Amino acid sequence: MRSFPLPSRLSPHVALLPMALTAILAYLGGAAWTVYISLTGSRTFPSGRFIGLAQYGRLFDNERWMLSLHNLAVYGVLFILACMVIGFLLAVFIDQRVRGEGLLRTIFLYPYAMSFVATGLVWQWLLSPGDGLDGVVRALGLPGFTFDWIVRQDLVIYTVVIAGVWQASGLVMALMLAGLRGVDPDIWKAARLDGIPPWRVYTRIVLPMLGPTIATVLLLLSTAVVKLYDAVVAMTQGGPGTASEVPTKFIMDHLFLRSNVALASAGAVVLLVPVLALLAPYAYARSRREAA
Amino acid sequence: MTGPLHQGAIEPALAPAVQPLREPARGRTRRRRWSPARIGIYVFLLSAAAFFLLPLYAMIVTSLKPMDEIRRGGILALPQAWTLEPWRQAWSGVCTGAACEGIRGGFLNSVWITVPSTLLAIAIGAVNGYALSFWRPRGANILFGILLAGAFVPVQVMIYPLVRVMALAGIFGSLPAIVLVHLVFGMPVMTLLFRNYYAGVPHELFQAARIDGGGFWRIFLQVMLPMSLPILVVAAIMQVTGVWNDYILGLVFAGRDNLPMTVELNNVINTTTGTRQYNVDMAATILTALLPLALYFLSGRWFVRGIAAGAVKG
Repeated sequence: MRSFPLPSRLSPHVALLPMALTAILAYLGGAAWTVYISLTGSRTFPSGRFIGLAQYGRLFDNERWMLSLHNLAVYGVLFILACMVIGFLLAVFIDQRVRGEGLLRTIFLYPYAMSFVATGLVWQWLLSPGDGLDGVVRALGLPGFTFDWIVRQDLVIYTVVIAGVWQASGLVMALMLAGLRGVDPDIWKAARLDGIPPWRVYTRIVLPMLGPTIATVLLLLSTAVVKLYDAVVAMTQGGPGTASEVPTKFIMDHLFLRSNVALASAGAVVLLVPVLALLAPYAYARSRREAA
Repeated sequence: MTGPLHQGAIEPALAPAVQPLREPARGRTRRRRWSPARIGIYVFLLSAAAFFLLPLYAMIVTSLKPMDEIRRGGILALPQAWTLEPWRQAWSGVCTGAACEGIRGGFLNSVWITVPSTLLAIAIGAVNGYALSFWRPRGANILFGILLAGAFVPVQVMIYPLVRVMALAGIFGSLPAIVLVHLVFGMPVMTLLFRNYYAGVPHELFQAARIDGGGFWRIFLQVMLPMSLPILVVAAIMQVTGVWNDYILGLVFAGRDNLPMTVELNNVINTTTGTRQYNVDMAATILTALLPLALYFLSGRWFVRGIAAGAVKG
């Protein structure tokens, strides 16, 4: 290495300076600062008054925060389940040598190219009682039909699930289909020779083989759940009332509208926990593979 | 160098999706064309396709109808008196907050945000990927691990410190601020794309260039960059889509004069009072979604190649 001139040896470090600044200052530094603020009594501006974990106590006494966590849990479970089931079924059916495969793939994935805002607005309108799809059902001969979940406090979160699944299950389909195409063709030949029906091959043999793909999809979907914000803002603005509030929106409101920076930061730190918990198994699996 | 979040912690599982889809390879017997099972398959796929297309269809037909027709007929009926007036309104007449100049201002703002945010992000991502794949400076993989982990963290965790720092630097609420923030949050995916691409380039090529006396920048510019066209296209598609579709960063950092189209669209629809102009709303929504949708429909395969890595953004 000594034979190379000095500037060339230094260039990689210089070139990676933006990345170092981003990783250390913006990401690590930003997260650390947020943790610090959450331990203070800051209101509109950061203050140095250290009050320990009191903000976390306030946070978990806050009804709106607890409701937003509850919504996130409901949304998360239903969204992930529905996306996985629909995405997997679409991938399996597309994998049956159907005609127009390219067209179908394009149709199932296009919602993913749209912004969450556009998705939220479209579904807000489609599901609005009277003006939306329920009007179509009424015109078709069910005059008493109404679908008013989006204005019902107890049901509104399910409408957000519908919009989310519409947008993201195509992504699951694309990833699952790629996984299915990677399955060794000999497995199919062997299963056919043994007379095993295809649905059993899928559930008993292929599905377990798709483990890594499923893990990726789960990671992507669950981090998308934690990040859920735009779609809710566009679709319901957290309403009616606070019925479809989510943690990210709680944080944004307390940062920029309600001047309670410390409480918002405590909320952000609470969100950080599940994300790190989701990432840990990946990091662990990787380091085990490296060590082996 | 096995950091807790080593470079490959996430990406091997993504690999299958980044490769182009192969045609079905298994040799199952070609069944009779229309067995009940096959009919069932097509029924399922076609009803799913109808569900996926329904919102797009409803948006398009609504945007081409006058309001009284929307009130009378269902949202799925074809227009009887076709009109482009809602589109004109949405583009140049509808009220976004105080002013009533349509969302064309938001469109231009989005263009001004997207162009530098894409060009600079690609340049930085390419250099990062190249340095990580071939030069491997000490500690770089740990930095990259932090970067990748950061891609999964909600922006709310970093947003307030970034606001404070930008306010201190005097650029909060300006075009440079929003571009800088897009560079920060776009870097993980951009770096990942280029790093994986260069990992597939034979190392001998790099060695040969070193022996010929090439330095860091010369090898990058004269050897690596010319063969990076495919990944440059994928990266451009991902970053343009991601920046264009962003809402939260634009809302916080862009400032009143640079609000991107997504924010203006939300203002149009969710802050206007009085009767809702559904046809104008839908035209505005289509206009906002048009660029990423066009990119998707035109680039198809490229989009799918990048989408797995891009999905990290969400």
